[in-house]
Amino acid sequence: MQDKIHSSYKQLEQKSKYTNLFLRWFLYFVLVVFAFYFIFPLYVMVVTSLKTMEEIRQGTLLTWPSGLNFDSWLVAWGGRGYGAGDTFLKPYFWNSIKMVVPAVFFSTFIGAMAGYVLTKWRFKGDKWVFLFLLFGCFIPYQAILLPMARTLGVLGISNSVIGLVLVHTVYGIPFTTLFFRNFYVSIPSELVKAARIDGAGFFKIFFKILLPVSTPIIVVTIIWQFTQIWNDFLFGSTFSFGEAAPIQVALNNMVLSSTSVKEYNVDMASAIIAGIPTLIVYVLAGKYFIRGLTSGAVKG
Amino acid sequence: MKTLKIEELSKNFGSTEVLRKINLEIDEGNFLVLLGPSGCGKSTLLNIIAGLETINEGNVHIDDYNVSKVEPKDRNIAMVFQSYALYPSMNVRENMIFGLKQAKVSKEKIEEQLEKVSKFLQVDALLERKPSQLSGGQRQRVAIGRALVREPRIFLFDEPLSNLDAKLRVEMRREIKKLHQQLKTTVVYVTHDQTEAMSLGTNIAIMNHGVIQQNDTPENIYNKPSNTFVADFIGSPSMNLIKGNLKESSNKVSFVTHGSNIEIPINGYDFKEKSNLDNKEVFFGIRPEHIFFKKSNEEDFEINLRADLSEYIGHEQIMTFNFENQEVLAKFPSTVKIDLSKNTKLFFDLTQISLFDAKTEERI
Amino acid sequence: MFKWLEKNLPKIVMAPAVGLIGWFVYGFVLWTLYISFTNSKILPKYELWGVGQYIKLWGSRKWLIAVDNLLIFTALFLIFCVVIGIILAIFLDQKIRAEGVLRTIYLYPMALSFIVTGTAWKWILNPTLGIQKMFIDWGFENFTFDWLVNREMAIYTIVIAGVWQSAGFVMALFLAGLRSVEDEIVKAAKIDGANLFTVYWKILLPMMRPVFFTSFVILVHISIKSYDLIVALTQGGPGISTTMPALYMTQTAFHKSQVGLSAASAMMMFMAVAAVIIPYLYSELRRENAR
Ligand SMILES: Nc1ncnc2c1ncn2[C@@H]1O[C@H](COP(=O)(O)OP(=O)(O)OP(=O)(O)O)[C@@H](O)[C@H]1O
Ligand SMILES: [Mg+2]
Repeated sequence: MQDKIHSSYKQLEQKSKYTNLFLRWFLYFVLVVFAFYFIFPLYVMVVTSLKTMEEIRQGTLLTWPSGLNFDSWLVAWGGRGYGAGDTFLKPYFWNSIKMVVPAVFFSTFIGAMAGYVLTKWRFKGDKWVFLFLLFGCFIPYQAILLPMARTLGVLGISNSVIGLVLVHTVYGIPFTTLFFRNFYVSIPSELVKAARIDGAGFFKIFFKILLPVSTPIIVVTIIWQFTQIWNDFLFGSTFSFGEAAPIQVALNNMVLSSTSVKEYNVDMASAIIAGIPTLIVYVLAGKYFIRGLTSGAVKG
Repeated sequence: MKTLKIEELSKNFGSTEVLRKINLEIDEGNFLVLLGPSGCGKSTLLNIIAGLETINEGNVHIDDYNVSKVEPKDRNIAMVFQSYALYPSMNVRENMIFGLKQAKVSKEKIEEQLEKVSKFLQVDALLERKPSQLSGGQRQRVAIGRALVREPRIFLFDEPLSNLDAKLRVEMRREIKKLHQQLKTTVVYVTHDQTEAMSLGTNIAIMNHGVIQQNDTPENIYNKPSNTFVADFIGSPSMNLIKGNLKESSNKVSFVTHGSNIEIPINGYDFKEKSNLDNKEVFFGIRPEHIFFKKSNEEDFEINLRADLSEYIGHEQIMTFNFENQEVLAKFPSTVKIDLSKNTKLFFDLTQISLFDAKTEERI
Repeated sequence: MFKWLEKNLPKIVMAPAVGLIGWFVYGFVLWTLYISFTNSKILPKYELWGVGQYIKLWGSRKWLIAVDNLLIFTALFLIFCVVIGIILAIFLDQKIRAEGVLRTIYLYPMALSFIVTGTAWKWILNPTLGIQKMFIDWGFENFTFDWLVNREMAIYTIVIAGVWQSAGFVMALFLAGLRSVEDEIVKAAKIDGANLFTVYWKILLPMMRPVFFTSFVILVHISIKSYDLIVALTQGGPGISTTMPALYMTQTAFHKSQVGLSAASAMMMFMAVAAVIIPYLYSELRRENAR
C-alpha cells in the first residue's frame, strides 16, 4: 500500500496544481463580477452626470460621456438662475452642515461622559442604566415621530435646523454611549484608581487621563454620527420641509419635482453631491468607519 | 531509507528570513524534538513538513520521496496542535473520525479504529461530548486520538502540552512517551521546554534564528554542547561560561583568566583540533551541577571563591560565587550551609567541562 | 453642600443622557401607545377609545399590503444579503491579492444614504432609458425590464437596491468572524484531508452561528424600518403596491391626518422590532456575563 501511495505522488502534485489554479481563477472571477455589481451604480451616476440630455437619450447607461461636462453639477449646486421653482442644493447643503456639526458635537460629548461614568465611576444599577440607554439604539423611530413633531411645535423649533440638531443629538446618545462605554471598559481601571489616590477629581481624570487615549473611539464616533445624521431622511422629511430642509430631503424633492422633462444628468449630479461627503469620509477613514459599523450597526 | 529527510531548506515571509538552510534526517521510529526559543521558526518548520506552508528553497522527503509539493493530506502524516484545534461544532466522535471520513474509509474500518483508539486513550466515555465540554487534558487526548486513528507514518506535535497546567503536563508527557514506546511511530515534536525535550526525545535539534545549532542525542546536547548558545540554552541554571585564555607550555594546556593567578589544568579534554591553543581566547564552560562543595574525585580542581548570593529552591539551593569578578553559579543540596561574603572551598569536576572559542562561540 | 456635589457628580453628569432618553424614547413611546388607544384625528385626543384603531388597521387593505410587502422584502433581503455576504467573505478570505480594494468596493454603498442609492437605482431601473434600453441597444430587441413600473414586480426592485446597499456589510461581519477563527483549526482540517468546500461547510460556517444571529437581527431591523429607500425609489407605487409599514405610518399621520391609526401602526412596528431585539439583547448580555 505504501508503494502505491508513493507512485502516485507525482500525479498528486500535478492534480493539486491544476485544481488550485482553476480555483484561483474561479475565485477572482466571482469576486470581480461582484465588484462590477457594486461599482456599477456609482459608475452610472458619474458618467450620467457628465452627459448632456441628448447624449443620455442616444447612448446607454454605460456609454462614456463625450467630455468632462460639469454643467449639470453646476445646475444641481447653484440652480439655473431663474426665480420660482428653481431648486438647487447649495442652501440645503449648508443646512446639513449647520445641523451635523453641533449634533455630532453634542451627542459625542454626552456619550463620552456617559461612557466614562458607566465604566469608571460605577454605581449601583449602572448595568440597568446602560441597558436603559442601549434600548434607544433599537426603537423604530416611527414610534416617536408623532410626539416629537408636537414637542418641536410646542418648543417653537419645528421646521428649523435647531429642531433637527435636538432630534439628532437625542437619538445619537444611545450609540455614542455604547461606543464610549465599550471602549472605556477595555482601559484598565487601575489608571483611574491611581489618579484618584493622587487626588485628581472627576473632570481632571477625564480630561487628563481618558481623553488623551480616546482618539480612536472619538474618530469612530464622529464618523458614525456624521454619516448617520448626514444620511438621515426620516427626521429631516418629517420635521423640516421648506427652507430648513437638510440635503437628503432637498435631493428627494428635486428628483421628484416633475416640472418639465426629467433631467437625469442633474439628478445624478445632485445625488453625487449629496453622497460625496460621506463617501470621502469612507475612503479616507474606512477602518474607523467599519469599526463603527460593526459595533453600532443596529441602526437601520 | 530515512523516514524524513530535509535538505537545504530555506523559508522567508516576505523579507524576513525564518529558516536558513535546514538539514535534518530522522530514522524510522525515532523521536525528534525541535527545541528553541520563541520565534525561532520551530512551528514554521513543522508546518513545512506537514505541507501547510510553502517552501522557498530546498526539499522535504518522506520515505525517500520528494513531497515538497504534495498536499498535506497525501503526506501520510498527522499533527497535534498547541491549541488542540478540535472542531468546536463537532462532538468527540466526529472530530476523531473526520479525517477517515474524508479519506472515504469504510464504515466498519472507521468504527474499528475509533473503538481501538478511544479505548487506548480512555476517551471512549466522552465520544458524544462537544470539545467545549471537555477539560484541557481531555481535549489533549482527543487531539492525539484524532491523529492516532489515521495511523500515520509520522506524527507531528506542535507544543502539545504548553496549554496544560504543570502537573497535567508531566502526566501527559509520560503518556506520550509510553505511546511512542508502544507504537514506535516516527515523531517530530516541537517544544520550548527543555525538560520535555530531554525526557521525550531520542534526538534533539536545537534551533535559534532559523538555524539548527546542534542535532544530537540528549546526552550529547547536555554534555557536549556544540556552541555557547546550546550550552546556555540547556540546563537550569545554565552553564557557567567564564571568559579567559588558554595557555600551552610543554604540551600541557591550562585555562587562566585575565590578571589572576588561578590556573585550571585542562588534561583529559577532547579537543577537536589540538593546534594553536596557546593564548586562544575562550569561554570555560562548567555546569552548576558539576561544582561541588567537597572532593568527590581525585582529579577535582580545588578553588576558593567568595559566596555572594544564595537562592533557596526547596530541595536545592543555587549559590552565586565571585570568580575574578565573573559570576559563577553552583547547585548544592539545600542542607549544605555556606556562609555569604566568605571564601568557600569548591571543587570543579574537570571531566565535565566544555571549551568554546570566544570569537566564533563554537566548541573547540 | 460641596461634599454632596462631589459625591454625586458622576450621577449628575449621567443625568442629561438618562433624562433625554427617558423622555424622548420611553416617554414618547408610551405617549404613542396611549394615542393608539384613542380616536385621534388631526390633533391628539386624550379620551380612551379602546382597540378600535388596531381593528381598523388590520382591516385596512393598504396595511395588509404593507405587511405582505414587508414579509416578502425581509425574506428576500435576508437571503440575498446573507448568501452574497458569505460568498464574498469566504472568497476574500483566500489570501486575495487586491483584498483591500475589493473590500472597499463591496462596502462603500453603506456610506451612502438610501435616498442617494434610491435615486441612482431609480435611474438605472427606469424602463425608458435605463437597463432595458442598454440591452435593447446591445441587440436584445425584445428585452423588457419594467419592474419599477410593474405592480407585481416593483417590490423586487427595492430588494435589488437594498441588497446592493447592505450585502457588503454582511460580508464585513462574516469576514471578521472568519478571521477570528484560529489558524490551527484550518490546518488540522487540511491535514485531515478536507477540501476547501468541506472546511467551510462542515467546520467554519457552523462556527459562525453568532455571526448569523447578529446579521439576522440587524437585517430584520433594517427591513422593518426601511422607509427612505421606498420613498426614493417608488414612493410606495405603482399605486400602493410597494407600501411598507414605515411608509404607511408616516403617510397616515402626516398626509391623511389619522394620528390614532398611525400610532397603532407605529406600535405594531415597535412590537415587531422588540420581538427580534429583546432575545438578541438577552443573549448578548448573557454572553458578556459568561466571560
Ligand atoms: N505568516 C507569517 N507571516 C510573517 N511572519 C511569520 C508568519 N508566521 C511566522 N512568522 C514569523 O516567523 C518567525 C518564526 O515563527 P514560528 O511560529 O515558526 O516560531 P516558533 O519557533 O514556533 O515560536 P513559538 O515558540 O513562539 O511558537 C517569527 O518571527 C514569526 O514572527
Ligand atoms: Mg510555535
